[in-house]
Amino acid sequence: MSLLTIFFTLLFYFATATIVIGLAYRIRLYASTPTPLRIPTTPAPISAGGVVRRMFFEVTLFNSLFKSNKWIWLFGWIFHAALLFVLLRHLRYFTDPVWSWVAFIQPLGAYAAFAMVAGLAGLWARRLLVDRVRYISSPSDHFMLALLFGIGLTGLGMKYVAHTDIVALKAFCLGLMYFDWQPMPDDLVLNLHLLLVALLMIVFPFSKLLHAPGVFFSPTRNQIDNPREKRHLPTATSSATKQAG
Amino acid sequence: MAEFDTPTLKPYPEIPSIEIGSMAHSQPYVAKQDIQQKIGFPGELIDDWEQVAIDKMGELVKGSRALRVFLDSCVKCGACTDKCHYYIGTSDPKNMPVARQDLFRSIYRRYYTLAGKYFPGLVGARDMDKGALDEWYSYFHQCSQCRRCSVYCPYGIDTAEISMAAREIMDVVGVGQKYCNEIIGKAQTIGNNLGLPEPALANTLEGLEEDIEDETGVTVRLPLDVKGADILLVTPSADFFAEPHVDGLIGYAKVFHQAGLTWTISSYASEAANFGLFIGSYENMQVLALRIREAALELGVKRIVFGECGHAWRVAYNFMNTLAGPFDFLDSNYPMPQHICEVTYDLLQRNALKMDPSANDDMVLTFHDSCNIARGSRMGDFEGGQFVIPREVIKASCNHFFDMPSDTVREATFCCGGGGGLLTDDLVELRVKGSLPRMEALQQVVDHHGVTHMAAICAICKSQFSKILPYYGFEMDQIVSIHQLVSNAIQLGGEA
Repeated sequence: MSLLTIFFTLLFYFATATIVIGLAYRIRLYASTPTPLRIPTTPAPISAGGVVRRMFFEVTLFNSLFKSNKWIWLFGWIFHAALLFVLLRHLRYFTDPVWSWVAFIQPLGAYAAFAMVAGLAGLWARRLLVDRVRYISSPSDHFMLALLFGIGLTGLGMKYVAHTDIVALKAFCLGLMYFDWQPMPDDLVLNLHLLLVALLMIVFPFSKLLHAPGVFFSPTRNQIDNPREKRHLPTATSSATKQAG
Repeated sequence: MAEFDTPTLKPYPEIPSIEIGSMAHSQPYVAKQDIQQKIGFPGELIDDWEQVAIDKMGELVKGSRALRVFLDSCVKCGACTDKCHYYIGTSDPKNMPVARQDLFRSIYRRYYTLAGKYFPGLVGARDMDKGALDEWYSYFHQCSQCRRCSVYCPYGIDTAEISMAAREIMDVVGVGQKYCNEIIGKAQTIGNNLGLPEPALANTLEGLEEDIEDETGVTVRLPLDVKGADILLVTPSADFFAEPHVDGLIGYAKVFHQAGLTWTISSYASEAANFGLFIGSYENMQVLALRIREAALELGVKRIVFGECGHAWRVAYNFMNTLAGPFDFLDSNYPMPQHICEVTYDLLQRNALKMDPSANDDMVLTFHDSCNIARGSRMGDFEGGQFVIPREVIKASCNHFFDMPSDTVREATFCCGGGGGLLTDDLVELRVKGSLPRMEALQQVVDHHGVTHMAAICAICKSQFSKILPYYGFEMDQIVSIHQLVSNAIQLGGEA
């Protein structure tokens, strides 16, 4: 086995463990932290079904962001929607035979990569050009955009400029899944692409990328507006539980 | 107090370019030792305060899912950067909600996250030191906790929660704000924010009864500490003497009178406002909430009704049941507690009030949604009732009503500029500048619809506007109470 193969094999096990364990830990933490008071941003839904609807549109269409700023919404939504297609498209490297719906969206996924990079470029341009957004940006905000941008560009490079050996890549991926390790193709663009992806997976649970699980736990969005009907008590059982005396 | 220029009203609102540090000098007076100690905080900056602050931060985050999620989730997208009235009015970038949060988040990151511990520069993490504390004191007292940013944040991050936590941490290390903490002390010992004792209160209410009788010829009672009354009215103490608040109180009395409801004010719990909210102190908030519960039990009332107040209504509607409930001793036919606008609205629906809206024909009205009512509570039994019910009460009381532009009302409403414990003379510059977006919206309806008066249902809003309106070329009496309009329009038995 080549050094390259050993490196990437270990890297991806490490990255996968980090993102899975890291996110599980974080989600458990969110779920177990008490909510001392009822704080939905009103007007808020007055039923559980209403909250499900509110969260659904918040997560799929970025409702609040749409109300807020059309440019950020446009770039942000395009980026996330495109990223979803791109990720789904990549399932073909992990399924054998490839699921029919994954095969079906392959052409769409290829275009989505352009949309993803365009969305990122729009967001990055705002971060550099709008004085308010420039002011609030720290190096990590640029780093995160650079990471995603790099992943998008190297991906596009392999699709449209210098094709990589996707059959060998798929063998490597399946090998990781079934603990039957296969060689990593020796291709600079591919290696860079995968290195960046692994890095993204590793930083995910330690960075602002936690907004992905966070949005589901945001009390201002997911609480029902029914404090009269139902006496709210902090959910977790910790010592922070406060009762009226 | 430094000299400052009142912003000019522009026909179309503009997002200003940032001016770094333009409001760094703005700080309210620090609470003295006795004020601090009275409500359970150290009298001055303690030794080892850095560690105590860091520990307190950890404790607060551990006890609040909101804080934990909000501190982790911000992606610095910039959606909130132009939403805060204090940023719009001052151009100071630290008044952008995300930048205000980052004053807190940068320290949280430094001590409680892996990235901040090992790569502080990369993620903008920062040590807790005197410089940081100074900035906290300045900028967490430039947030009125109005929650406007939370409406627009894709993750619902509510800067109010963070500024409350920051104020609590500052209190715990001995750096409290004089205005809020002095008031909390008074409310906890005397029963109201003004420190008005029972005899003075009784005297005031008697005087109002005489005024009403002189004006209408009808005897309308404003009862105090009457056991066995149906309703306990809890209202902000400004209603007892300030203008236009007191005209609102007269309006409540007339409504109860005409509806034949027996009611009383309690001298023990003669305050609706609960400044414990502003300083993020659960314990202090609970003390005041429990006083209301005790008064209701002592007087044996069946209903509790809150007068026109913004944050008090948020506490009453959303928190009271948790802080001081359950309220199963009250009449189950009425939600606990009720807002006076709900009471009046219900009576109007049932044609139980005789109204002559032409009594207010000398006014063309608009309505200022108060933040805590708009974004922190509800009225009625339907989503958005807090917008509909006050407007319906206004429309039943007058013939000429026009809303301000849609991006400045309802859930998008702008703070008056004095909410969240900032209604103090040592923050006048901030208050004037922070009211800019509301003043611009008001100017629009003045120009286009000939609006003459703005109605509000919050004691802080009313006091703030009385003070601020003249800075922008309006008259101080252009702010009115909703129940002042009701009071003018209601036709009492004798003269109808």
